[in-house]
Amino acid sequence: MSDSETRTDSREEAQAESLVLQRLREQCGDALREVKVWRNETTVILSRQDLVRVCRFLRDDPDLAFDFLSDVTGVDRLKLPQASPRFEVVYNLYSLQHRRRLRLKVRVDEGEAIPTVTGVWETANWHEREVYDLFGVPFEGHPDLRRILMPDDWEGHPLRKDYPVEASPRWWEEEPA
Amino acid sequence: MTSTRTMTLNMGPQHPSTHGVLRLVLTLDGEVVVKCVPHIGYLHTGIEKGLESKRYQQGIPLTDRMDYLAPLSNNLALVLAVEKALGITVPERAQTIRVLLTELTRIKSHLVWLGTHALDIGAMSVFLYCFREREAILDLYEAVSGQRMMSSYFRVGGLASDLPPGFEDAVKAFLKTFPDRLAEYEALLTANPLWRQRTIGIGTIKREEAIALGLSGPGLRACGVAYDVRRAHPYSGYERYSFDIPLGKTGDVYDRYLVRMAEMRQSHRIAGQALERLTPGPVNVADPKLIPPPKPLLKRSMEALIHHFKLYAEGFSVPAGEVYHAIEAPKGELGCYLVSDGSPRPYRVHFRAPSFVNLQALPKMVEGRLVADVVAVIGSLDIVLGEIDR
Repeated sequence: MSDSETRTDSREEAQAESLVLQRLREQCGDALREVKVWRNETTVILSRQDLVRVCRFLRDDPDLAFDFLSDVTGVDRLKLPQASPRFEVVYNLYSLQHRRRLRLKVRVDEGEAIPTVTGVWETANWHEREVYDLFGVPFEGHPDLRRILMPDDWEGHPLRKDYPVEASPRWWEEEPA
Repeated sequence: MTSTRTMTLNMGPQHPSTHGVLRLVLTLDGEVVVKCVPHIGYLHTGIEKGLESKRYQQGIPLTDRMDYLAPLSNNLALVLAVEKALGITVPERAQTIRVLLTELTRIKSHLVWLGTHALDIGAMSVFLYCFREREAILDLYEAVSGQRMMSSYFRVGGLASDLPPGFEDAVKAFLKTFPDRLAEYEALLTANPLWRQRTIGIGTIKREEAIALGLSGPGLRACGVAYDVRRAHPYSGYERYSFDIPLGKTGDVYDRYLVRMAEMRQSHRIAGQALERLTPGPVNVADPKLIPPPKPLLKRSMEALIHHFKLYAEGFSVPAGEVYHAIEAPKGELGCYLVSDGSPRPYRVHFRAPSFVNLQALPKMVEGRLVADVVAVIGSLDIVLGEIDR
């Protein structure tokens, strides 16, 4: 790659962002629950039954081509002003070709499962395991849903807001003084 | 009919070539790996949880402990995300120093990769040479921050302090000798028939597979994908530097080696440009709500005293919202996802750790190959468990 390659300035980026939203509204308008733009970043909130369909469209549409799933993570909204539904799973998408980012979100309550996107992007496998491990959000259809960072027999999900920062695991407390 | 019996081999978590506490459960048919299942989490320290209970500036030292071979890159990911949420840009001098130091960090991280990778494959002397150069960079770290490794030098809004006197000359001296040293290491390995035998055609991954698995950094570029965050989404003024993005073709261990070697040259190039761009000026934003006032001022100005007190007693708040900021860390795309609820503590911080994602490609790279190749492939992925487990 050469140094002289042109880069999009922020205005062009803003237009490109609206192109993404335009295409999304055309093709999956019924699926978009809410759209937010803050600090030049677009966030789209979906309901869980639409997630896989929208993801597949975003990946396969040549104008969008979100072929790279950067990251999947979770947020426990327990202490936010609007705490229901409690959990939010966040997908940070990237298009290598168009150099664009997009954030998708799905909100669920305790015990509700989210369909896996491992069929769309293979990389989601470990990310979803991490969200399952640390937040306790299950993923439906995941090929290998096990804890990933915490031990297999761990109780609780550490990144939940009602999980104390300084918690002693039970095996530690039972140790003779 | 002969029945095939497979053997299960536990590799790690205490195995020198797993670069920390990675445990692999290998299913072997003779010497061939049939299945490889990585187990991680032995170094999980709850950094993301810890960050939620700390104020923004207090969280910076925690990030040092993720990729402990590139602490300043981790600092940078966090401070840039917070600065993006605050909507501020740091002064030019601070940006240039950040670029200079993170490029030195890249060289330092790649040197540890090269040394340990060569050691794993059986070339002992490279390791000793690499650590000599790394020591020179650690001295520079110590000069700016007082710490060799866990330097925590960047701050939201700028830097902990300006560069110490004589620092630029020390960097110049290092940059002067480094290219020759790098050429020496290349002379030891690049054309070495043993090295080539152990690395060419090993751990190959196709471009499409690499993208689907979310591989980033040198691992992805070795497959010929020119994705470098510094070029795709420049931060800290990277758009003003000229550098090339080294690419590989086949995506094997040897290509990843070549890409990283070339990257060290590019980092050297960028660091040289950063030195030239270094002009006197402030290193912090002029916002007393973010940056403590200079100490002598406290005795004369009541406002300064109030700002000082508020800053240390409460910290600063970040507007409610969420941002994702990615940087090109030595290992790949290091992203920081930050959710703020408007309080002085982050509501949620998540790091997209490149090693975590890159390691996921390991089974695909080693299944069907020999056990000895597993060692070569792990080395070529350049993983740091501190970052994987966080």
